[in-house]
Amino acid sequence: MRTIDVSMIRESIKHMCIDANYNIGMDIKAAFEKGLEVETSPIGKSILVDLLENARIAGEKQVPICQDTGMVVVFAEIGQDVHLVGGDIKTAIDQGIRDGYGEGYLRKSVVADPLNRVNTNDNTPGIVYFDIVPGDQVKLKVALKGFGSENMSRTKMLKPSDGIKGVEAFVIETVSLAGPNPCPPIVVGVGIGGTIEKAAMLAKQALLRNVDDESSLPHIKALETTLLEKINQLGIGPQGLGGNTTALGVNVEVFPTHIAGLPVAVNINCHASRHMEIVL
Amino acid sequence: MQKINVTTPMTADSVKALKAGDQVLISGTVYTGRDAAHLRMIKALEAGEELPFDVNGQVIYYVGPTPAKPGEVIGSCGPTTSYRMDDLTVPLLAKGLKGMIGKGERNQTVVDGMKTYGALYFAAIGGAGALIANSVQSSEIVAYGDLGPEAIRKLEVVDFPVIVVIDSEGNNLYETEREQYATK
Repeated sequence: MRTIDVSMIRESIKHMCIDANYNIGMDIKAAFEKGLEVETSPIGKSILVDLLENARIAGEKQVPICQDTGMVVVFAEIGQDVHLVGGDIKTAIDQGIRDGYGEGYLRKSVVADPLNRVNTNDNTPGIVYFDIVPGDQVKLKVALKGFGSENMSRTKMLKPSDGIKGVEAFVIETVSLAGPNPCPPIVVGVGIGGTIEKAAMLAKQALLRNVDDESSLPHIKALETTLLEKINQLGIGPQGLGGNTTALGVNVEVFPTHIAGLPVAVNINCHASRHMEIVL
Repeated sequence: MQKINVTTPMTADSVKALKAGDQVLISGTVYTGRDAAHLRMIKALEAGEELPFDVNGQVIYYVGPTPAKPGEVIGSCGPTTSYRMDDLTVPLLAKGLKGMIGKGERNQTVVDGMKTYGALYFAAIGGAGALIANSVQSSEIVAYGDLGPEAIRKLEVVDFPVIVVIDSEGNNLYETEREQYATK
């Protein structure tokens, strides 16, 4: 049994909230540079140049890449041989978010009630998912989710006979309908299988992978490649002003499902795809 | 492409002179306003009250900036998605609003309103909040301070880079450009 004080968790969450908001991921930077090489639209090219410049300024001045500094989603994997002390973990995570969004001059974008809509003024609560795993470590994965892209995400319960073609058509339709709204070039997370909420969760987890990451399953890797190709043929381009850099990457996650169903969820992320993880 | 300098407030003539696809550098005053501020402005108009600022000739920027760090004028301040303001826009156009800066599509009602009253829709680069902050010289909350990031701010900007996406004749760059690059 290993003892971990929740103050370490609070501190880690705070640092990840600030760090991920200020510093662009290396995978995204590389994807912008790759986009610059293949983009044929002059406006598209100039936007990619501006996005690289924006990332440089944010890193240099240590300010947020984007003003939508997101709602915090945390996946906490707790080793079953860990004993957490010093308070309750959910409170510690929210305190870490409060510290990070305060000290980091990040925008407070959370309202306490979806209908009454009064800002909580500290960006809490975070959305926290716990998992119990073997071992004596704690892994914290954080996604800072902007809502311009979250709003363009969709879920559909397909029929088993719709198969892979049905999945492809739904993903392409979702990206096409989103058009310029989610700040392309986008990152697309797709969840297939499970139940309705499991598919949505898989799509979110797909966004926690690096944009150049490939599935270890051959048929899913092939699907990722096909989807990226087809999305980049839609013509949407950077900021929807035309071009062939509509998506920087597509990540797909799958899970067993029921004989009667084929749930699919598409979670769209903007180019400011901010996620980090730490193992304690 | 040559960038066109535009000064606010705008006139009927300066609106008419710009066309979809023009790359523009805006200088002068722009007012910020997004979801909650628009809702309050429209409710004020419905109640027969005055708007918190005179929108005639003005440009509204759909943005909720991050807090300014010490020594800075404003935090990161890129555009938010515009369609959420679609149902709350035409009454402002009727009051003389001449321009909107945001990102993403507008519905037909807004485009019709822009044609009727003569207004422009500009796109700024979504997710370039740190870059855009360099164009902002000053920022002052002028209404709805309780809304925090959603308060109405009066910004003085110099050479704020935007693109005319929809002009006052209804030409739409999102439609024409996408069509051009789509693989048939």
